[in-house]
Amino acid sequence: MALSEPIVIPQASDLERLARAWAQPRGFWGWFMNVHHTAIGVRFMVTSFIFLLLGGILAALMRWQLARPEHGVLGPDLYNQIFTIHGSTMIFLFAVPMMFQGFGVYLVPLLCGTRNIAFPRLNAFSYYIYVVGGLLLWVGLLVKTGADAGWFSYVPLSGPEFTPGKRSDFWAQMITFTEVSALGVAISIAATILRHRAPGMTLNRMPVILWEKLTVAIMVIFAMPAVMVVSSMLLMDRTINTQFFNPAVGGDVLLYQHLFWFFGHPEVYIIFLPGTAIISTLVPVFSRRHIYGYIPIVCSVVATGFLGFGVWVHHMFATGLPQISESFFTAASLMIVIPTATQFFCWIATIWHGRLQLRLPMLWVFGFFFVFLIGGLSGVMLASVPVDWQVHDSFFVVAHFHYVLIGGALFPMFAGLYHWIPKITGRMMNEGLGKVHFWLFFIGFNMTFFTMHFLGLRGMPRRVYTYTPEMHWGALNTLATTGVGFMAAGIIVFLVNFFDNKASGRLAGPNPWSGGSLEWATASPPPPYNFAELPTVNGREALWDAEPNQPIVRGLREDIPEVLVTHSLDSDPEYREESPGPSIWPFLTSIAVSIAFIWSIFSPWGIAYGAIPVVITLIAWLWPRGHSPARRELERREEPWTR
Amino acid sequence: MDALRERPVLDVSGLPTVAFGRSNTTWLANVFYMMIEGTMFALLIASYFYLRTRTSNWPPANLPPTLSWGVINGIVFLVSLVPARYAQKVAPTGDRAKIRFALMGLAAFAVLNMVLRGFELANLNCRWYESAYGSAVWSIMGLHCGHLITEFVETVVILAVAFTDKMEGTRLVDVAINSDYWYFVVASALVSDFVVYGAARFL
Repeated sequence: MALSEPIVIPQASDLERLARAWAQPRGFWGWFMNVHHTAIGVRFMVTSFIFLLLGGILAALMRWQLARPEHGVLGPDLYNQIFTIHGSTMIFLFAVPMMFQGFGVYLVPLLCGTRNIAFPRLNAFSYYIYVVGGLLLWVGLLVKTGADAGWFSYVPLSGPEFTPGKRSDFWAQMITFTEVSALGVAISIAATILRHRAPGMTLNRMPVILWEKLTVAIMVIFAMPAVMVVSSMLLMDRTINTQFFNPAVGGDVLLYQHLFWFFGHPEVYIIFLPGTAIISTLVPVFSRRHIYGYIPIVCSVVATGFLGFGVWVHHMFATGLPQISESFFTAASLMIVIPTATQFFCWIATIWHGRLQLRLPMLWVFGFFFVFLIGGLSGVMLASVPVDWQVHDSFFVVAHFHYVLIGGALFPMFAGLYHWIPKITGRMMNEGLGKVHFWLFFIGFNMTFFTMHFLGLRGMPRRVYTYTPEMHWGALNTLATTGVGFMAAGIIVFLVNFFDNKASGRLAGPNPWSGGSLEWATASPPPPYNFAELPTVNGREALWDAEPNQPIVRGLREDIPEVLVTHSLDSDPEYREESPGPSIWPFLTSIAVSIAFIWSIFSPWGIAYGAIPVVITLIAWLWPRGHSPARRELERREEPWTR
Repeated sequence: MDALRERPVLDVSGLPTVAFGRSNTTWLANVFYMMIEGTMFALLIASYFYLRTRTSNWPPANLPPTLSWGVINGIVFLVSLVPARYAQKVAPTGDRAKIRFALMGLAAFAVLNMVLRGFELANLNCRWYESAYGSAVWSIMGLHCGHLITEFVETVVILAVAFTDKMEGTRLVDVAINSDYWYFVVASALVSDFVVYGAARFL
């Protein structure tokens, strides 16, 4: 296997023209006009990391309250708000925006070897709308209107009868904001992968991480509408007196659960698949060989995407469903083991037959193996109806889903951050501090959440704000709370490491890990045009498999931002497309949409009146300004439409 | 550096800058939008049938929606496919006069559809706040109204562009893609009508 040099530098005058064409606006308003995927991707990552810290603070408050029996730190009402906002934040404002949107928006165009994401303005709009959704939920908490019916806000508890006021409405509209954001990004990412891949990157040569991003984008497209529909039904039941969930006039509360979990379980894989994709990317790099079982891994990713839509009822085993459907969904849930185990064995085989380099990102990969394996095993237990009934709504379930979600998202996230921060900032993270971070977090995590298995088996229910000494849960709860301290210390070490990296980290260079995918074929951080010379691809690891004289793409215009559109299957060049440049209108449209959504919490007319500024800003966004520079060129060719 | 400049080059300068049909990136995005919206319709319709299983009377204490307005609007939706198809056909030629004619026809049909939809809503024979049945019916019709209004606005905006000299290149692709979306609006109208008018009578 010959390592190719990173693809290099054309003449200085070409680069100047490219830099002008792709220049990102500066200044205060420039920040709101920027639509380049590297800027928006970093914003998604930073913002979602801030929400992770905020959600973590709420978790620490809960653990402090539960550290000993009859502790008086939090009252029941505030505790309810805190566990609801914690769960909602971690799922809707951290996990998906970080694992899918953040990593996806930043990496996908680089991995495809193109200069920007498809529909960059839609992508920028998706960021702003996500931020407003997050602020809505948190402002609600700060003004004592925090949602308090749990992160899935089941009816009838969240309905108009049992939760008067605006708490559930804030939650329901936060859902709308974040799901619109995820859908916008899903369209951008899927279109980029299918239409903007470098020539030569056929489907069969697409890196596993792109297969995963495509699968997750399609899952988002089919899953997110379910939660938007159900949260809208909840909002309408509360604001305009629809009766979807009112059994007195033909409504049904289980309809809510069906619709919610039709989204909710795919959501687990929307969070988890990006994690496995990071693992599938890092394992070959640090094993110095191609991934073992590329095709089984890709099939597993796609199969998980399909199976994820067929298991939602296992969240509803305790609702009195017919036994036949419980049996079916038990079997479907157990089937998930097959693709997941396939991936595990392929990773092990890759490491086994490679030359392992136990660098910092790989440490987190091993952490993922350990933690996620435990989460998977307790998942197999919970897929069995009798066990599920026994531990339903207990701390055993809390332990399980934290092993799955933190194992499936947070450990790969840190692996990915340590791997790609050198690309993003141009500087290496400190390995020593990174290892301290890992061990503090790993030990703290297991102290907190492994303990919860035992608390659950001893009968401690979830979502209780306190317990009496006679229950004998105090010692285990104290141990669990102590673990939070370790995790918090680990996060602080990470932050110190990050800011130290920004200030004085060692320069990374284009390819510090000798990786094989295309993001390492350009400078760190990438220039605004991503690649000076657009690459072509000769194998699954583009740089490792490149010929010494691997062709480069020429002929895209350098005076306007232009990208190459290629065929979805074989990535043959099809046409050149101008990439939309900086614009303030996505931001202004997001403000108009936000006004309409928030207004609708207080009056149903908010949507009607609020639609007017939305239409105006959308027209301003999309209205063509001047002739396309491509027109003159086309006129020369006398294509029919120029007559 | 000189050696590197001698690397083989894949020259794409001769490729077109506009593509119609499946090759176009916006066409693909439009398909994704239709998948999203189609999923929403599917879930609302599934909810309708789910709620049907929860009660013995369907519609509960209501007459079914009056069939005549639904049938008339359904026929008008079907006829509106003609200007939509015509717009799609003339878009690649760049003939602005024909494009304007087609889009005006499409916008006129959209107005007619909206007026008829008003009569449909007035004759659903239920209110959204009376029962879960009413909520399900109004949510399906409401979602479709949202699509109808959105598509009307989009058609009018593209028509406005067609009166300027900016109707070129990718804007012509927008005309063709707008017709694709109209097909979706018509298809979802027919499916919605089938559920709202048919299921209330035959289930």
